[in-house]
Amino acid sequence: MKYVDEFRDGALATGLARALAREVDPGRDYAFMEFCGGHTHAISRYGVADLLPPNVRMIHGPGCPVCVLPIGRVDMAIGLALARPEVILCSYGDCLRVPASDGLSLLKAKARGADVRMVYSAADALALAVREPAREVVFFAIGFETTTPPTALVLREAATRRLANFSVICNHVLTPPAITAILDSPAASRLGALHLDGFIGPAHVSTLIGSRPYEAFAARYRKPVVIAGFEPLDVMQAIRMLVRQVDTGRAEVENEFTRAVVRDGNPKAQAIVSEVLALRDEFEWRGLGVLARSALRIRPAFAPWDAEAKFGLDYRPVPDHRACECGAILRGVKKPTDCKLFGTVCTPETPMGSCMVSSEGACAAHYNYGRFRDVPVHVVGTSAPPNPDQETA
Amino acid sequence: MNTVKTGYVRPLDLRKGRVDLGFGAGGRAMAQLISELFLRAFANDWLARGDDGAVLPAPAAGERLVMATDAHVVSPLFFPGGDIGSLSVHGTVNDLAVMGARPLYLAASFILEEGYALADLARIVESMAAAARTAGVAVVTGDTKVVEQGKGDGVFITTTGVGALPAGRDPGGARARPGDVVLVSGRIGDHGMAIMAQRESLAFDSEIVSDSAALHDLVEALYAAVPAEAVRVLRDPTRGGLATTLNEIAAQSGVGMELDEAAIPVSAQVQAACELLGLDPLYVANEGKLVVLCAPEHAGAALAALRAHPLGTEAARIGCATADPQHFVQLRTGLGGRRMVDWIAGEQLPRIC
Repeated sequence: MKYVDEFRDGALATGLARALAREVDPGRDYAFMEFCGGHTHAISRYGVADLLPPNVRMIHGPGCPVCVLPIGRVDMAIGLALARPEVILCSYGDCLRVPASDGLSLLKAKARGADVRMVYSAADALALAVREPAREVVFFAIGFETTTPPTALVLREAATRRLANFSVICNHVLTPPAITAILDSPAASRLGALHLDGFIGPAHVSTLIGSRPYEAFAARYRKPVVIAGFEPLDVMQAIRMLVRQVDTGRAEVENEFTRAVVRDGNPKAQAIVSEVLALRDEFEWRGLGVLARSALRIRPAFAPWDAEAKFGLDYRPVPDHRACECGAILRGVKKPTDCKLFGTVCTPETPMGSCMVSSEGACAAHYNYGRFRDVPVHVVGTSAPPNPDQETA
Repeated sequence: MNTVKTGYVRPLDLRKGRVDLGFGAGGRAMAQLISELFLRAFANDWLARGDDGAVLPAPAAGERLVMATDAHVVSPLFFPGGDIGSLSVHGTVNDLAVMGARPLYLAASFILEEGYALADLARIVESMAAAARTAGVAVVTGDTKVVEQGKGDGVFITTTGVGALPAGRDPGGARARPGDVVLVSGRIGDHGMAIMAQRESLAFDSEIVSDSAALHDLVEALYAAVPAEAVRVLRDPTRGGLATTLNEIAAQSGVGMELDEAAIPVSAQVQAACELLGLDPLYVANEGKLVVLCAPEHAGAALAALRAHPLGTEAARIGCATADPQHFVQLRTGLGGRRMVDWIAGEQLPRIC
């Protein structure tokens, strides 16, 4: 595939891995967090960890939109879809399986009679509302800065067209407050357990917000940030740039993803977002808790298209399992395997906490792609003697 | 089954007519549908007898019977490279083929939705008949039911097949051993992506064509090239794709697998469509691909036999079975790293970012 294969090339990766191995200081350890689920996915999917020197550790951050979505918000959508037969509830594919209260998810609510549909874009949801004038189409909007402008656009479009049967449950969250929350967390400062040398900054989010928002933060916390694309070679190159910053005592914002990210981002998209959406005073993040000024709500001028106002929806927080370590894992203080629930009661089929919900979450990524590393596996091909007494399923 | 003397009845309107509840009620309308559509298309003596079942000859000495069934509920009913009719033949023929059997007979049961266009039904039945002829199997008995509008999705077809298993052949999911070589007969993911590209909510143009095909001839070519006992496992990686099939085999046989991502054939179009939707082609359905686990000493001959067949020109050796008490399927990525190829949790859903 053009413009993609170049960023997944095995020979280039080997070269980059060798260069990285030469450059790292063998006398120290490096711990970097990739904030974005997209990077977590790339690292797991392509086995990037195997190409890194042993003293470079990657910590999977909270940048997976379905992972940080609190159960109470999904409950809200399910409640609405089940209570009102006129409602068609639409959302993105990986939102539909998020487990909510009472053993439900949007998919399971569908099996109980709710009209739940998967859409590929906010525009699809709007088009559905136009096609089905007798129904109430509610778009359950989620995501970081990347998916926010399309939501703002359809809200504006609905208002312009006076479309009375369309509304949005807005769950959009912001990246910078989450990064700050990780560095400010009491667990991190109290225990000194958080050892983070730098961040790989988001790819798609940064195309919208630019690289500027990370500058104050890099300076204040003295942590380097390298914005990187979502391809595995992007990630490796970003790690190399982070290593160089750490070794030379720098804490700057650098941009590896120059083919898409500029310092000021996309001002047009930012303008549409601020016209339609405003900061919420606070918002609950699954795994990180309530964070001030970390999410967006629909402005009062667009209230007729705000499903929360239109249907009088109430948010009720739902705590995660007490033994769940997601909070510590999202902050990089613990590893998935440090959690008692991991792989026993908490699996991708039955997630107990945010990190197991989507394959981009730290726990699910490790479970799906990496758990073979936890057990000593005797991987041999032809050299192993065939065992006639092998167990069969 | 009854037949009707065509001289006394007005023929079915196969151009503008629609399925109504009468077609499933057991009366004249049903008899007419059977004789004018099904009997004509499937044309064989068993069906022509109009009895409740088919009387079949016993298999040859030393052969055993194999039976398999498959329900088909595809949406859309027509897609590039096939339709539910051809698919319902290929699905069951392939289930027999991967048991090592020569498929012989099919039974077909149709659940039709009231209001469905007879013209479309006729296209489906014709396509089914053509697929059966090509595969050399006869549709020897059948059944039709009609459900009220809104209670079906146009047409559902269940086919059940009977085949003959020659002596000496005994492929099975539990027979893989460490060291066995994993072969796949061609590019993966074509069927699933062809279907997905047709769904109304996805407005992208693609030229991806389903790989729907009957595999028994390819299987025969394989058995002609290697000793029967060298063919340890045969599977067609349908729902859940190659990844799911290999995990099933690993669990059944109590082995692990090690795959080489660079060796797994995927077309650029399927790769690109998967990229757009955030899907992994390893989990996308196929309807005309064969997975073979073969004894290592015969793997070269097996691969050559697959490649010499029109359905296997792009066959590849993609990995091997390993001794792994955890039964993990592992992949060496094209980048040079490693990862697991796990069972999928539910259906594969597009990622947001």
